[in-house]
Amino acid sequence: MKQTHMSAALLVEATQALDLDALCQACHAQQSQLLVLVEEGVLGEQDPSPTPWRFDGHALARARRALRLQRELELDAGAVALVLDLLDRIEELQTQLRLRVPAR
Amino acid sequence: MEFKDYYAALGVARSADAEEIKRAYRKLARKYHPDVSKEPAAEDKFKEVAEAYEALKDPERRAAYDAAGEQWKQRGSGQSGAGRAAGSGAGAFGAEGFGPGGFEFSGAGFDAESSAQHSEFFEALFGRRAGAGAARSAGQRQPRQGTDHHARVRIDLLDAYRGGERSISLSAATPTADGRIEMREREVRLQIPKGIRPGQQLRLVGQGGPGLGEGAPAGDLYLEIEFAPHPVFRVDGADVHFDLPLAPWEAALGAKVQAPTPEAQVELQIPPGTPAGRQLRLRGKGLPGAKASGDLFAHIQIVLPPAGTPQTEEAWRALAQAAAFNPRAGLGL
Repeated sequence: MKQTHMSAALLVEATQALDLDALCQACHAQQSQLLVLVEEGVLGEQDPSPTPWRFDGHALARARRALRLQRELELDAGAVALVLDLLDRIEELQTQLRLRVPAR
Repeated sequence: MEFKDYYAALGVARSADAEEIKRAYRKLARKYHPDVSKEPAAEDKFKEVAEAYEALKDPERRAAYDAAGEQWKQRGSGQSGAGRAAGSGAGAFGAEGFGPGGFEFSGAGFDAESSAQHSEFFEALFGRRAGAGAARSAGQRQPRQGTDHHARVRIDLLDAYRGGERSISLSAATPTADGRIEMREREVRLQIPKGIRPGQQLRLVGQGGPGLGEGAPAGDLYLEIEFAPHPVFRVDGADVHFDLPLAPWEAALGAKVQAPTPEAQVELQIPPGTPAGRQLRLRGKGLPGAKASGDLFAHIQIVLPPAGTPQTEEAWRALAQAAAFNPRAGLGL
């Protein structure tokens, strides 16, 4: 059975960023799990002041990845932060390679 | 449905203790986890390993699995056993395998967010949590918002330059009214915002899992954008790069050459004496942005014409004489 909808697609960036509740819902996670990741700095810079935290699409992807790694590799938050930093570094180097080496 | 050897999947003996099973799982998970592995078919391999661990790490489940293995061996020697179970209309384990209720586990259960999805074999043995959960919460709990779903969408570079409508086809496990799970395919039409970048996420409110219970809102659908590889252009954030080949005389004398951009062909002024490897920037011709557009970079390559005629060879010789150039001076030669 096929249904077709025309859906309004919101870009999850600055103006449409997620708050902590929406991030929990999107990651199927408890607040406490995400608070640990914020403390480890995994989800980008978050202002410690009472202004509500905002998470963009990049933070959402990182949060889901971090939670998968925590659960499936049985890592603690500190180890996950290290793994994500190293994965970022690999991606950065791969991008550099891709940009420099002629695509032939 | 085949019997799955979970001990073999983890590479441990049937007599392995919990500690050995955990160690074996962790080692294989590090090797095959799709977020960290570059092994081919890592994802499929990880699913097998994760399912095996899921079954064997919990003593209750492991005992059930071992018992099922014994039954399977006894029945499996003749075809009649398997035929009878399949014919009963239940799963292959059927009512005769595990009694009417099957197994129900009260523990942490299975995680819907996991990269690993369970095989038919696993579900026949341990049940499907999502279906049972949906039925329970509809009866006993407050109405609850549906779960958020995630998918990846691959778009073309030009879609990102121009924006536009796209139709994507998604299939998701959907609980039916009677608590079963069904793979249902549906098509979602959406507007790709102009200037979208790889890794960005689109949120489609109300397009996720249906709400549980009367009047509960549906979850949202998140789409992570990735770009299909392009034969000419390479994307880095908002900037776009490509290689621009020049003839040696174009690089030496300067030239006006035709160059591609993702949207149209442009004329590019090459300054005299442009070396190979230089990047010429076309400001604002990268991915469009609300505040600032990215740039387009032409990476200069200098290519030789194919094997020459006597006339072109003569011309090169004349150049060699006129230039009196030592390209290896920097090497002290």
